[in-house]
Amino acid sequence: MNVILVAVIALGALGLVLAAVLFLIAKKFAVEEDPRIAQVAEVLPQANCGGCGFPGCSGFAEACVKAANEGSLEGKLCPVGGQPVMEKVAEILGMTAEAGEQRVAVVRCNGTCANRPRTAQYDGVRSCRIAHNTAGGETGCFFGCLGCGDCVAACTFDAIHMNPETGLPEVDETKCTACGACTKACPRNIIELRPMGKKGRRMVVRCVNKEKGPVAKKACAAACIGCGKCVKTCEFEAITLENNLAYIDPTKCRLCRKCEEACPQGSIVAMNFPPRKPKAEAPAAPKAAETPATPQAEPVKIVIPTVETAPKAPETPNV
Amino acid sequence: MKTFRIGGVHPQENKLSAGKKIEVMDLPKQAVFPLSQHIGAPAVPCVAKGELVKVGTKIADAGGFVSAPIHSSVSGKVAKIDTVIDASGYRKPAIIIDVDGDEWEPAIDRDETLVRQTPLEPKEIVAKVQEAGIVGMGGACFPAHVKLSPRTPVDVVIINAVECEPYLTADHSLMLEKPDEILVGVSLIMKAVGVKKAYIAIENNKPDAIALMQEKVKDYAGIEVCPLRVKYPQGGEKQLIDAVVGRQVPNPPALPADVGAIVQNVGTAFAIYEAVMKNKPLFERVVTVTGKSVSEPKNLLTRMGTPMSLLIEKAGGMPEDTGKVIGGGPMMGKALLNTEVPVCKGSSGILLMTEKESLRGEAQPCIRCSKCVTVCPMGLEPYLLQKLSEHADWERAEAEQIMTCIECGSCQFTCPAHRPLLDWIRMGKGTVGGIIRARANKPK
Repeated sequence: MNVILVAVIALGALGLVLAAVLFLIAKKFAVEEDPRIAQVAEVLPQANCGGCGFPGCSGFAEACVKAANEGSLEGKLCPVGGQPVMEKVAEILGMTAEAGEQRVAVVRCNGTCANRPRTAQYDGVRSCRIAHNTAGGETGCFFGCLGCGDCVAACTFDAIHMNPETGLPEVDETKCTACGACTKACPRNIIELRPMGKKGRRMVVRCVNKEKGPVAKKACAAACIGCGKCVKTCEFEAITLENNLAYIDPTKCRLCRKCEEACPQGSIVAMNFPPRKPKAEAPAAPKAAETPATPQAEPVKIVIPTVETAPKAPETPNV
Repeated sequence: MKTFRIGGVHPQENKLSAGKKIEVMDLPKQAVFPLSQHIGAPAVPCVAKGELVKVGTKIADAGGFVSAPIHSSVSGKVAKIDTVIDASGYRKPAIIIDVDGDEWEPAIDRDETLVRQTPLEPKEIVAKVQEAGIVGMGGACFPAHVKLSPRTPVDVVIINAVECEPYLTADHSLMLEKPDEILVGVSLIMKAVGVKKAYIAIENNKPDAIALMQEKVKDYAGIEVCPLRVKYPQGGEKQLIDAVVGRQVPNPPALPADVGAIVQNVGTAFAIYEAVMKNKPLFERVVTVTGKSVSEPKNLLTRMGTPMSLLIEKAGGMPEDTGKVIGGGPMMGKALLNTEVPVCKGSSGILLMTEKESLRGEAQPCIRCSKCVTVCPMGLEPYLLQKLSEHADWERAEAEQIMTCIECGSCQFTCPAHRPLLDWIRMGKGTVGGIIRARANKPK
């Protein structure tokens, strides 16, 4: 009996002392974490895609709280959750959400199988990065889509797919979160994040070919030839021409569609507009019929590399 | 017989054009000179459209120290300075000259007689080599004058006459026809870098060249012929130094000069002879045109800038069953996008592969047979580097020494599962190289 008593008292005393020590240490070395970080993290989608530019959702939550402490949530946007999530975040932090613009990935190449005749055959690894490093690609255009689907593999939201008919990737705008993974995966920087625009309507130059007009035209029937007609047509100075390539500034574009009409190559594309009235459609129709142009480039029966390397010889002194 | 220690493969030799006389290629109607024919900064054009040039006229200046000037190989008028598709498969700036007659610069000595003595000092020899635009003729196109100005003292010169690539015979035929010129060139290299000993490394599948060279070197002090066992990639600089003098070059950034050796191609030695003794800049070279279906495989002395289609025509035209046209040999060469690609300083051959040969086997899963590890001449683990590149694990790839890969392709050649090992490794090497450069340039 005595033994049991001694043991209970001794262990009880030991427990009390240790509890006191733990309590004091916990007080002294307490790590103060803003409880709001956890709250913010909870409303985030937890996709951990990194599209916001921070290491995962918890990293983004921390950055948001830090930004709120400094007074503004400007520039912080969760591309996956978009505006609704940012409003919730702002609510937790007692701020107003910036009216962030929803963006979407746009494939700036219209070099479909019909528009771009194949001039060579690539039989290497189906990876755009490897194909890009190997040679110019299977067509005469050295800027356009290689069609191996690195962007498709990079997308974690199943929002981009290859269209087997055109050989080009297509973005599912309802699923795209503008995380930017595809833009980074593309070795030719063809995919661009552009503002969604009103009702998803936007004008895009679907070409990235910087060659001079005749060369670009020979390579692809839908190539921008840098003629500058769109620049002259635009009343809002939204179009710039650089390196034989037109670019529409989405912040200045008013969606008047005049450039689309002016473009002799049909490389300016109006996306998500309702179909035009029959009157306006008439001139567009024959152009479309023209485009699957006669393959000007002589199809050479040559295949691009395999085992072989760049002509870099055994002599290379590894510099 | 000597050879290098680690790895290596022995592909079928297929030296179809071996022993064939060097034929002089006809002049093209238009010659194209890409401005990036060498490693380093592109050359800068120094002629304008419409200007008249002669054979040997300088048309582009070197763009820096690691760069080389370019000389016209034809006489005529500069048609334009435009972009053309070169062997890289991309459009690059180039000078295009319309050919008219064949008028040479008067300074070039066109006499065939051998000149053995020169009063020039070592520095003057290097300057002449630089001015003549000579680059490594084995294919790497590293400017020769840079190699002839080593940072550390050097005690041996190795002349690379290995020609370990299957099919190619350009160096072989050059040795058979110009042995004395080559040996004078070697003496000039020895004088330029202040070395008393030189080896001419020849694989023993060229017994006629070995015999001829052994006979000729008796007249030249300090030069020795070093026959080697046939093994690919013996022509790799590091492998050759290991094979001939048994020294191992450490990992980059170490250079062969750090172990006291300089390697020059036999074609480069010949070009140095012509530049120093005959005042002739580098504007022509021997190109092998070959392939199993080619009716007349040939060694052609070709002016730079000649479209490859003309050479193929000269060798009997493109066979029906051609699958790939490769610039260089089958192991390290690169398939060409079109046959209008001009012959450049590093074009050692044109190989027309039949469709059947050129097809890739279907890639299958790695069975861990470790054949790739056995054959890697750099002692790497290609299967691992391929996986790391595929999964973008760049830190680990760097730790596994991806940068030391010489891209010889032995791993892919030997892989029984037809895995595209080199494709991935080369991509990984490029990416890791970019990361290393970015790290070096980052301000601290």
